[in-house]
Amino acid sequence: MSTSSVSKGCFVFKPSTKKKKHLGLEDHFTGGCEGAQNSGKRYKLCQDLWDQIKTDTESLQDELNRSILDSLLDFTRKCSSTRQHGDWASQMRASEIPTAALVLGVNVPDHDMTFQSLSELLQQLVTPHVASLQAKECGGMKGLRECFFLTVSRLMGTTVTVDDDEEEEPEQTSTETHKSMHCSLGILCDWYKSKTRKSSTGTPGKKRSSPVKDELQQPPVVVIFKDLEAFNHRVLQDFILICSRYIERLPLMFIFGIATSPSTIQNMLPHSVSSLLCIELFQSLSCTQHLATVIDKLVLTSHFPFKLNGKVMQVLISIFLYHDFSVRNFIKGVQLALLEHFHSQPLSVLCCKKKEALANVMELSQRDLERIRQLPSFRRYTEKQDAQEKVNLMTDDTHLKEVCRKLIKDLRKYHKNYYPVLRCLHTLTSSLPRYPLGKQIRELHLICLEKTVWETEEYQSAMKLLRMLAKDELIASIQRCCGTLKPVKSKKMMNALIQMEEILTKIKQLDVKSLSQKKTDLFQLQKTLLEMNETRRTKKLSPFETVRNEALELIDGLVKSHLSPPEAQTLYEVCYYTSSATVRRHLNATPRTSIQAALSNPYHYLQNESLKTEDGSVSNAAPDICIAYKLHLECGRLINLYDWLEAYATVASAAEGNDPDSDTFGKVDEVKHARFIQAVSELEFLGFIKSTKQKTDHVARLTWGGC
Amino acid sequence: MIARLQQTGYEEDRLQRVAKLLPCRELQAGTLLSIMGQPQQYSYPSVFIYGHRASGKSHVMHILLKELELPHATVSCVECVSVALLFEQVLLSFFGCDAASLLPRSPSLSDFVRIYRQQCLEMPAKQTRYVVMEKAELLRDMDANLLPAILRLQELVEDNVTVIFLSEIVWDKFRPNTGCFEPLLLHFPDYSKGELQQILSQDKHPSYSAEFYSSYINILLGVFYSVCRDLRELRHLAALNFSKFCEPLAEGKVKESDTHKLWRNIEPHLKKAMQTVYLREVSSLQWEQMQQVEEKETGPLRGLSAHTHVELPYYSKFLLIAAYLASYNPARTDKRFFLKHHGKIKKTNFLKKNEKTSNHLLGPKPFPLDRLLAIFYSVVDSRVAPTASIFSQISSLVTLQLLTQVSHDDQLDAPKYKCAVSMDFICAISRTVNFDIVKYLYDFL
Repeated sequence: MSTSSVSKGCFVFKPSTKKKKHLGLEDHFTGGCEGAQNSGKRYKLCQDLWDQIKTDTESLQDELNRSILDSLLDFTRKCSSTRQHGDWASQMRASEIPTAALVLGVNVPDHDMTFQSLSELLQQLVTPHVASLQAKECGGMKGLRECFFLTVSRLMGTTVTVDDDEEEEPEQTSTETHKSMHCSLGILCDWYKSKTRKSSTGTPGKKRSSPVKDELQQPPVVVIFKDLEAFNHRVLQDFILICSRYIERLPLMFIFGIATSPSTIQNMLPHSVSSLLCIELFQSLSCTQHLATVIDKLVLTSHFPFKLNGKVMQVLISIFLYHDFSVRNFIKGVQLALLEHFHSQPLSVLCCKKKEALANVMELSQRDLERIRQLPSFRRYTEKQDAQEKVNLMTDDTHLKEVCRKLIKDLRKYHKNYYPVLRCLHTLTSSLPRYPLGKQIRELHLICLEKTVWETEEYQSAMKLLRMLAKDELIASIQRCCGTLKPVKSKKMMNALIQMEEILTKIKQLDVKSLSQKKTDLFQLQKTLLEMNETRRTKKLSPFETVRNEALELIDGLVKSHLSPPEAQTLYEVCYYTSSATVRRHLNATPRTSIQAALSNPYHYLQNESLKTEDGSVSNAAPDICIAYKLHLECGRLINLYDWLEAYATVASAAEGNDPDSDTFGKVDEVKHARFIQAVSELEFLGFIKSTKQKTDHVARLTWGGC
Repeated sequence: MIARLQQTGYEEDRLQRVAKLLPCRELQAGTLLSIMGQPQQYSYPSVFIYGHRASGKSHVMHILLKELELPHATVSCVECVSVALLFEQVLLSFFGCDAASLLPRSPSLSDFVRIYRQQCLEMPAKQTRYVVMEKAELLRDMDANLLPAILRLQELVEDNVTVIFLSEIVWDKFRPNTGCFEPLLLHFPDYSKGELQQILSQDKHPSYSAEFYSSYINILLGVFYSVCRDLRELRHLAALNFSKFCEPLAEGKVKESDTHKLWRNIEPHLKKAMQTVYLREVSSLQWEQMQQVEEKETGPLRGLSAHTHVELPYYSKFLLIAAYLASYNPARTDKRFFLKHHGKIKKTNFLKKNEKTSNHLLGPKPFPLDRLLAIFYSVVDSRVAPTASIFSQISSLVTLQLLTQVSHDDQLDAPKYKCAVSMDFICAISRTVNFDIVKYLYDFL
């Protein structure tokens, strides 16, 4: 920077405010993406879609948790009411602390949301006094003390914030002093007493309190242990022992969040402690069911224009099944795919609601239209057109836009029909023995995404099995199919529905006929039996069999016309995200592979032209650690350090461009020595070698293989 | 029947009331009273009372001090996570909260003594003050000087104060190496069956006669006395099952005096309770609910330990299996199980003497992380990339307490683990992934 001053000295420069422009999320989004002209619009689309997905999944999760949360709330209410006006029996066991053991499954990341909604509900409906504890907060040497401190401060803190409009200034300050002092349950008891006395004699003008809360003169104090397994056993035992001493004065209640199985309670607590608890078990929905519902509502629907292709879907599901069981991570994966799609695919402006998409088509720029022409699916489409049309598509922009509008509409129709038919096929095949097309609908969906389903062997065998279906099963599954088709507003589905209903009536008519047959005499029965025998011999189909075949023909027709894989659709690239490798790289990181890639091929990360090599060898100019790594791959289990150093020195002097014939070539000087030592210690840090006592001046390799 | 308690210096009717409230503990109460002496007299500095759980130690102390209106401070040592809390509670109950607030932030023993003396000058003891320390065994885990000092608190503060320790452990386990002042020892023996009967009969149901309840207790003790002598547990069981006992009465089938019929009705029920409720397999609430719906036969009630099934992600299952194998197989045998061409090694050839005992009897052995991963990669049927989530699954297995980390948390290099699941559990897990674990276990070769 320059100044107008002629003298030398220090000058203060205030940073110009313009430069410090805050980078918003949107700027990050538009930063490195392709086709920047409509990136703002894409960002907005992406945001809207994500918001919608988020709210939908949240409400879905609330829905799923509803039953268990309701029963928990009932439990808390019941406990506190029996405590207050209990009969003889409940008085006799009043010393027990009511405890709800909430079994949530091993998908720990998902639990946060459940607990949050639980404590919110509790605070709204049952009691204002809720404190939740996590194991990592109560760890360390003074676990119990921290445990108490958190409980007490949280309980007191909540109500301070809740009732801060009730002129609580003096009390608030007293709680502040308590916090600095030792937090014991005794203090909590006194506080609770003052609280309840106040609310029971409180003014009638309490508007916010719900009727339920008024009913409870003494709202229970709920302590939630979010992750029971991770708690220190001793801390937990002592905590319960102490709490049980105060149970008469303080209506305590525990909620244990259990990830594994309820028997852990018995493993953690000795009988003397567990006898102080009155444990009731609450089992939540299993996470696989949870995922099934999420997929059902999020993926298998035409509401969201954004789709995942088979590979990406496979990656997300396998991460779920093989690694974490976490629905939250699954949704995060969907979010990542969504973001990547809108970021990397300029044509994703068309991935939105029908009206918007049609409008956006008209606003496509020249370059975008060129991109459409380059799409493989569009090329396939043009191939099929006649010569004049081809020329038109390639040259006439307005014509192309018209065609695009039509294609977008077609794509929407395809989706609209795809999902109902998929569900129909699933209802038919999900009860077959050995599940040729999968037990879960997501498996069937994956098959349909990957390949043409009706050409697969599994489909053939499923059809074969379906041809042997008994009458009542057939009726039941066709009725369920009708149920799934009914809400769909599409002409083709309406037709299919009508046809199915016809088939149903036909089957029922058969029933009526056979009923009338039953009222025949012995002679006629004999006759019919003979007839039946004959028909079997001549393989003439019975009336039921013909109807059944008809039904299957119908299903088969539906499948063939609607369940073609999305890759066959024109413009599918607009809606489908296809880069499974990206998703895998981001969600399922492989640190070891990355380190090895960096060491054996430094060009991959450094992008320096001088490092480029062909045959997997490392160039001389590579960083020291790469050279050392390469050389160590040539050794056996034990590496002689001096040999290694010599080899390194040779390579390093070659890199410096020394004359190979000169005396100093390959000599070890101090700088090379130091560089070598640094490289070796870096390798040790990364876990490739370690020092060994087996041989002096040697190090041991920790990895196998090499050249 | 009620023995008379006698001690001069206390009102007669109060002593009567105390005696009534302490059934079957008259002897101990009498000894205590005579140790305590008259209210204004100095008493022995420290008394150590021990006896099993629910033998009435706290109860006796509590009733005595409360009914005779003696100044006292009751401190539970579980609750005193820090010494400060202990001091605070003592000062609070003797001198009020002003004295307690005089304590500095992290008080030492001498701070406590100093403040006690200060306060004592203002409020000298007219009667003996009592400090009752419940669960005194925890005092041993606190500062080394605390227990000896409290034992001679009377000397230190120069006040008429007596400390009473209550513990389930005998005094011999308390005595510090350096020696200390020996307290008076007093043992509370367990209640006998007759005594239990007498005590339990006291909390009768208000709408039934005392004899009726007493006969119920008799039946109850007949079933449970052989397995449980804990008064609290028995009381709990009595409360839980009484409604069932009264059922035929309410229906009008039996009269109160018809004990035999009542016994026939309740006995199978109590047997069932012994299997579930006593072990707290089933909570009392569930038990009551079950009694109400029993007519419809809801099927067997599943206790807590019946729920052992744990759903795990696919690779976590294999990690757990690998951990189990690493824990229960000797490391030398890995070659035999996981190498294709291991050659012929018979079990007898590499049996060392100490390995003849089953590894399952010895319990799990620790193993390093790389052995776990090596076994994992050879056990799992598909090729697995060494991703970050594999490693994070190991640590989440540790938090779920299915594995335990043996080495210290700080040790990043080559951590060691142990497998903490049972054979049944691992068999169930391996069945879900079609892995025959028994074939890979050295013990079952």
